[in-house]
Amino acid sequence: MRFSLLVLLGVGLLLSAAGFAFQDKPQTPIAAPNAANSGQAPISNSSPNPQRIGLNVVVLDPAHGGTDLGARGTEGIRESDVVLQFAAQLKRALEGQGFLVIQTREGNEDPSFDDRSARVNAQRGAIFVSLHIASTGLAGTARTYVLADFPPANDTTGLIPWDRAQAPFTGLSHKLGDMVQAQLAQRFRGSPPAAQVAPVRQLRTIAAPAIAVEISSVSVENRADLDQMIPGVAEAIARGVADFRPSYLLPVTPGAATGAQP
Amino acid sequence: MSPKWRVWLAGGLLGAVIAAALYFPALRRQVDKAKQITEKTAEQARRELLPPTPVTSGDPKVKAKMFWGSKSEDGSLEAVNVELPLSKDPVLRAKQILNTLLAGPVDLESRTLPPDAALLAFYILPDGTAIADFSEALATAIPSGIQSEQLAVDSITRTLEANVPQVQRLRILIHGQEVETLAGHLDLTQTIPVSTAAPAAPARSGISVLTAPIEKAIEKVTGSAKH
Repeated sequence: MRFSLLVLLGVGLLLSAAGFAFQDKPQTPIAAPNAANSGQAPISNSSPNPQRIGLNVVVLDPAHGGTDLGARGTEGIRESDVVLQFAAQLKRALEGQGFLVIQTREGNEDPSFDDRSARVNAQRGAIFVSLHIASTGLAGTARTYVLADFPPANDTTGLIPWDRAQAPFTGLSHKLGDMVQAQLAQRFRGSPPAAQVAPVRQLRTIAAPAIAVEISSVSVENRADLDQMIPGVAEAIARGVADFRPSYLLPVTPGAATGAQP
Repeated sequence: MSPKWRVWLAGGLLGAVIAAALYFPALRRQVDKAKQITEKTAEQARRELLPPTPVTSGDPKVKAKMFWGSKSEDGSLEAVNVELPLSKDPVLRAKQILNTLLAGPVDLESRTLPPDAALLAFYILPDGTAIADFSEALATAIPSGIQSEQLAVDSITRTLEANVPQVQRLRILIHGQEVETLAGHLDLTQTIPVSTAAPAAPARSGISVLTAPIEKAIEKVTGSAKH
């Protein structure tokens, strides 16, 4: 009797240990969508008739938070606060377009770059929009940023290294960025007509089309000027994302999940 | 206590309150002024500790092209020709150029780098990769934002491209250390292409013949910063 109990206890402990081991290392590789750079839906070699997934999820990233206040204006305007309001407005506009919206932060916390990336890399059919308020620039303008094309790492396993997760998606990111910026330029005079290229750290570890939108600025004399601008920016981004929706088609290989390898 | 003493006491207290009300704002101004002077002195002391960039009298004066912020177009750079005595040695030349860029333009609104930032060290590797080590002020005193950080880095790379053709790529360190971003936005973990003809930055993950000399140079800078 005692022996049986000991054996049961041992098996239980082993199963628990195995469970923890799998939780600690969530290997969630995806087949690299190599053709995504051209803006076309890629074709996987491993599946002759791959299922295709469209764009369903938008991950919003209100930048900064916690002790990192971001840009600060002379009138006490703090970027970390304003981007939360900005995200709330944009969430409503995107939900109105039928998207599921997830935020990297809802309150005054400051997730790391990798934690924010993990939120979107765990989704299927998602894009990533990082929201910023600048401390410089012509007041009342908005700019969209994307990463420049960079070569994916030569990995024979087909896995995407975490620190180069954006590499296969830059083509789609540019397309999304241009569509969003076209909408912003229509509404906000002085804004550039197309997305600009900048090595924004947050975008590098995103395994999905990813953009950063920055509006100017926290240096306005009256906070109301910024508050008035935000609904228009939210509407422009939501329209740009809706315009991009038909361009976003990625293959799903059987047994593969989205997400880059950390 | 007699009424006379009460009057004297009340008068004395009132006088003390008035004197304090007059004195405290003046005292606060003095403390603020002293604080500013102390900060300035610390920055000056640090600058004085840096080895000066040697300018030999034989260096010919040439027209250098500096990239500072444009006054007419928001978020872009403008080339300004400045006559400077520049060394033929690419490392010395790059130091002279970057120090001029840091000193800033005549019009302070066109400044792209914080006035307190200083260049601590500069190396060029045989493959054309340059390592520029700046003081912490470059990261802490720059206005926060993608646009302002991008302008700062672009002004450095475009000025180097125009004046020091030997530099193909640039790696920026802050006080001898690799940092993830300049001030929360711009990625500094990768080498930045300076020359348009330069090949793409090597991957950080994986083995690369190009990363090895960079790592060695960073170790050298980090080591010198620690001592």
